[in-house]
Amino acid sequence: MSKISIKRLSLYYDSCQALKDISLDVESGEILAVIGPANSGKSSLLRALNRLYEIDRASIEGDIRLDNESIFRLPINVLRRRIGIIFATPVVLPGSIRKNISYGPRLHRKLSKSDVDELVERALKSANLWDEVKERLAESASFLSGGQQQRLCIARTLAMRPEVIMMDEPCSGLDPISTAKIEATMLELKKEYTFILVTNNTKQAARVSDRTAFFYLGELIEIGSTQRLFTSPVDRRTDDYIRGKFG
Amino acid sequence: MTFRIGPRTSQIIFYVILLTMTAIVVIVLFFIIFYVLRNGVDQLTLEFLSDKTREMGKEGGILPSILGTLFITVVATVIATPLGVGSAVYLVEYTRAGPIRRIISFGADCLAGVPSIIFGLFGFIFFVISMNLGWSILSGGLTLAVMILPTIIRTSEEAIKSVPHTYREISYSLGGGKLDTILRVVIPTALPGILTGVILGIGRAVGETAAVIFTAGSSLGLPTSIFSSTRTLAVHFYILAREGISMPKAYGTAAVLIIIILAINFIAYRLMHRFIARYY
Ligand SMILES: Nc1ncnc2c1ncn2[C@@H]1O[C@H](COP(=O)(O)OP(=O)(O)OP(=O)(O)O)[C@@H](O)[C@H]1O
Ligand SMILES: [Mg+2]
Repeated sequence: MSKISIKRLSLYYDSCQALKDISLDVESGEILAVIGPANSGKSSLLRALNRLYEIDRASIEGDIRLDNESIFRLPINVLRRRIGIIFATPVVLPGSIRKNISYGPRLHRKLSKSDVDELVERALKSANLWDEVKERLAESASFLSGGQQQRLCIARTLAMRPEVIMMDEPCSGLDPISTAKIEATMLELKKEYTFILVTNNTKQAARVSDRTAFFYLGELIEIGSTQRLFTSPVDRRTDDYIRGKFG
Repeated sequence: MTFRIGPRTSQIIFYVILLTMTAIVVIVLFFIIFYVLRNGVDQLTLEFLSDKTREMGKEGGILPSILGTLFITVVATVIATPLGVGSAVYLVEYTRAGPIRRIISFGADCLAGVPSIIFGLFGFIFFVISMNLGWSILSGGLTLAVMILPTIIRTSEEAIKSVPHTYREISYSLGGGKLDTILRVVIPTALPGILTGVILGIGRAVGETAAVIFTAGSSLGLPTSIFSSTRTLAVHFYILAREGISMPKAYGTAAVLIIIILAINFIAYRLMHRFIARYY
């Protein structure tokens, strides 16, 4: 059984249709890369999966299932705890590193100081940030570098112990070293989590993902094992895109 | 041959003009403070601060007026702050940007510009007479609350609006509800701005004369409850000076009032900086 199963999904903003009749499964424990040129609906897909589109006042048709249960039946806070999201631009909340990480868990249950200590350490270690910040957990998170902030955002999401982690171009503003750190983190975490990675960087998709889906103008053009999709794409548009002919 | 000013010279001229303007403002401000303090300083004794007022203010101290000012300001702030911040949160977070929100904001702006004597008249008719609260700390506090409410609403509204949308998005994406997001992210982030509004409001309330003279009266007794009539420092100063009771005592009162206002601003400023240093 698939972790996430999307059936005939369409998503509309006011007048514009951002996703057109998408059907697609995400398997447990895989890294699924989603690639495609600008405006192809990649971010909209992620925002559909955790129902974040609702704050954009978009509307949806079709069904999405998480562990074979419709996400529209789940309480929204439970859904968003189970499916975490990392955005392209790291946004740290005002307050300390520690406070940033405990923000999510604190929404869901009461935590003692030692619970928080433990959870902060575990999340930061998983996000490969612990060694760099362990001395200054009480300091404001806004003094971290861009790459560190993005790893802090990953730690903040990990602290919720989600099942699926969605990343929307998580390395778009980062240098190669920070990018490599984040990719390494993903590969380590793959054992425990399912990843959906939206990326503008086809090389990154090729490096880390198991399968790749190619979107174009709101349609799912092609999906398959990354190896296969990058070596022998079926659709001409996929071929053009991965050769850098447009987008 | 034409006379031309080079870019460097015009920069300097512009700089000098701005500097002069700033200097004028600062000098006028300091002159007022200095003048009042110099005239009032020899009155500033412990007795003056802790004595009852005697012979209409010719003798004795100003303790009743200090207490009256304090109580009225506290009543006004305690009532106006939650109302103002609550309204601002409602306006920004629960209504869509559009004509209704603009009309309310415009109304608040207009109210903020209404002369305080109009609020005094309103307070007299509504709180003192209609609600039968009489001349009292409560009537005065309520009137001042109405008067400073628009300031608090508008500054809080701006502060809340300037909280980045992405903060809210992060909170929602971590499973936060609307209320969690408002209480844990939006209000803490907007707090310095909100406090600025509250402090401006307090400053206005402490120094207010016209609005309280009609609603709190001018009794010189020590206030015993919120239903006591009282005379605030500003009113006391006004009466002492206008009726020629005692100019030295009037300046003494003015000096105390100015010191209180400076102290409030100073403390608030320090608190805010400590807060910002801690959280940003
Ligand atoms: N909040 C919104 N309101 C209205 N239209 C939107 C909104 N967000 C996205 N759209 C539209 O939906 C379409 C798909 O956008 P989406 O952000 O999903 O694309 P994307 O593939 O993530 O693009 P990019 O690579 O530039 O991030 C676009 O045409 C966009 O203009
Ligand atoms: Mg996008």
